[in-house]
Amino acid sequence: MPDLIELSAGDLHRKLVAGDVTARQIVEHFLDRIEQIDGRIGAFNTVTAEAALDKAADIDARLDKGETVGPLAGVPIALKDNLCTRGVPTTCSSKILEHFVPPYDATVVERLDLADAVLLGKTNLDEFAMGSTTESSAFAPSANPWDLSRVPGGSSGGSAAAVAADLAPLALGSDTGGSIRQPASFCGVTGLKPTYGRVSRYGLIAYASSLDQIGTFSRDPRDAALLLEVIAGHDPRDSTSAREPVPDYATELEKEVAGMKIGLPREYLAEGIALDVEAAVRAAADAYQGLGAEVVDISLPHTEYAVATYYIIGTAEASSNLARFDGIHYGRRADGKMNVDELYSRSRSEGLGDEVKRRIMLGTFALSAGYYDAYYLKALKVRRLIKKDFDDALAGVDCILAPVAPTVAYKQGEMIDDPLSLYLADIYTSATNLAGLPAIAFNAGTGEGGLPIGVQLMGRPFEESGLLRLAHAFRQATDHHLARPNLTED
Amino acid sequence: MTRITTDTVEQVADLSKLILSDEELAGFQEQLDKIIGYFEVLNSLDTTGVEPLAHPLDLRNVFRQDTVEDSASRKDALANAPDKTDEAYKVPVVIESS
Repeated sequence: MPDLIELSAGDLHRKLVAGDVTARQIVEHFLDRIEQIDGRIGAFNTVTAEAALDKAADIDARLDKGETVGPLAGVPIALKDNLCTRGVPTTCSSKILEHFVPPYDATVVERLDLADAVLLGKTNLDEFAMGSTTESSAFAPSANPWDLSRVPGGSSGGSAAAVAADLAPLALGSDTGGSIRQPASFCGVTGLKPTYGRVSRYGLIAYASSLDQIGTFSRDPRDAALLLEVIAGHDPRDSTSAREPVPDYATELEKEVAGMKIGLPREYLAEGIALDVEAAVRAAADAYQGLGAEVVDISLPHTEYAVATYYIIGTAEASSNLARFDGIHYGRRADGKMNVDELYSRSRSEGLGDEVKRRIMLGTFALSAGYYDAYYLKALKVRRLIKKDFDDALAGVDCILAPVAPTVAYKQGEMIDDPLSLYLADIYTSATNLAGLPAIAFNAGTGEGGLPIGVQLMGRPFEESGLLRLAHAFRQATDHHLARPNLTED
Repeated sequence: MTRITTDTVEQVADLSKLILSDEELAGFQEQLDKIIGYFEVLNSLDTTGVEPLAHPLDLRNVFRQDTVEDSASRKDALANAPDKTDEAYKVPVVIESS
């Protein structure tokens, strides 16, 4: 039997249906791998071994009887621990939700179950998805599989690290200002942030509701297409989910890229970008020209305002969303006798970490009387200008090629005391969320210390197909994906 | 430029229902001052006549029939409550009896 760990999600599924392997064998293989490796990575908060084996037994039994199975049958998947799973702890890597067990499944979790994917467990994140290193997890930081002394990025760092370390072929994350694409870049995997509204957010514990979007981690764009097709589509339980048809992404992905037009935004290749990252973006542009695509310079003139706009709007929405954590209905409650006001304040103060407190206070400030116009309203106006930049640019090109993060993965602890510097590193990702656009990040080489460098493609709303096609063509034409982290014990 | 003082941080913490130690207050004051100072980059941009954009999609009202459907059972709804009876959440006394 070939090493199951190295097969794509699509190949695992095909082997299962062909009878070459059982779902139980696949699941045991990945559970063993998690057992061996995850002590060093810390990708998982919870491993659902028993439920995974039960699901595998159910799939095998149905295959034995000749029944049909779903499009992801037998494929293991890891979920970011801010996606609600019925009967399985969903912690947001926060002390306040440490013992929270949701009474319902997120829509994406229901859809994965219907597709017969097998849930392996829940992955670590920056607390409430606020951060870009996974170090603000209240439990423990996760490590980057390429270099255990580095961060995997964040906030979906556990999901990215799980796929990079072959602990799962697929994972889901959420992206509010880059939280899928940046860890995908740092860990050398494919991360897709769909258009706002493409995937139902029902059951995603909210950080910033007008920016949050659930998306995919996989080794390659083909698996991203497979997974997106399962989770995308309208959901009556999320009134912001779009009524757009879901294309056959796997077929769309195989189409030609010759003749497509790619824009290279000059503001993204200016001051502040590391030389190795800039070189990777320019090399990717050359590769696309070699594939017959046209690459042109474009301008996104309001780029320098994106980080401030994102942090004002994101924290304002967070301050409102996180008001629900009051120690009454669920979550941690402070001990002792006190009045209700103290109960709220003490439960929140004990249960929430510093980065979450910082963002709640920033958002409360931006929304408070006397500051609302100068900060929140101003940011909403600039958001309009940022969106218009993209609308104008994407009227002339099919998509935009850009860096994901200014550098390769940081050393653990390097940025922990400097929140503003970390915020500024969201410069290339946060504007996409403000505009609601789809974007895909994928490995495009290695830089300093042999660490992976990702690039991203951003596209028009609901045109994920074009992004997947271009990312797939890049992978076919280059061999960056052959570099792998080395996790054999010394 | 707006300077964020410890008084401002205390007010914001109070509105946020957060209690800060003196040490936390000093730390957050320094950080929030720096971050909010950075936000002022937006002031260099003229936004006269620009409509605010609260949401990336063209949102329309969504209507549905007002039909009775199953919702979470009382048992499920109470399952995660830190303090409860068989049928209700328990909270501290809100209105004192005279």
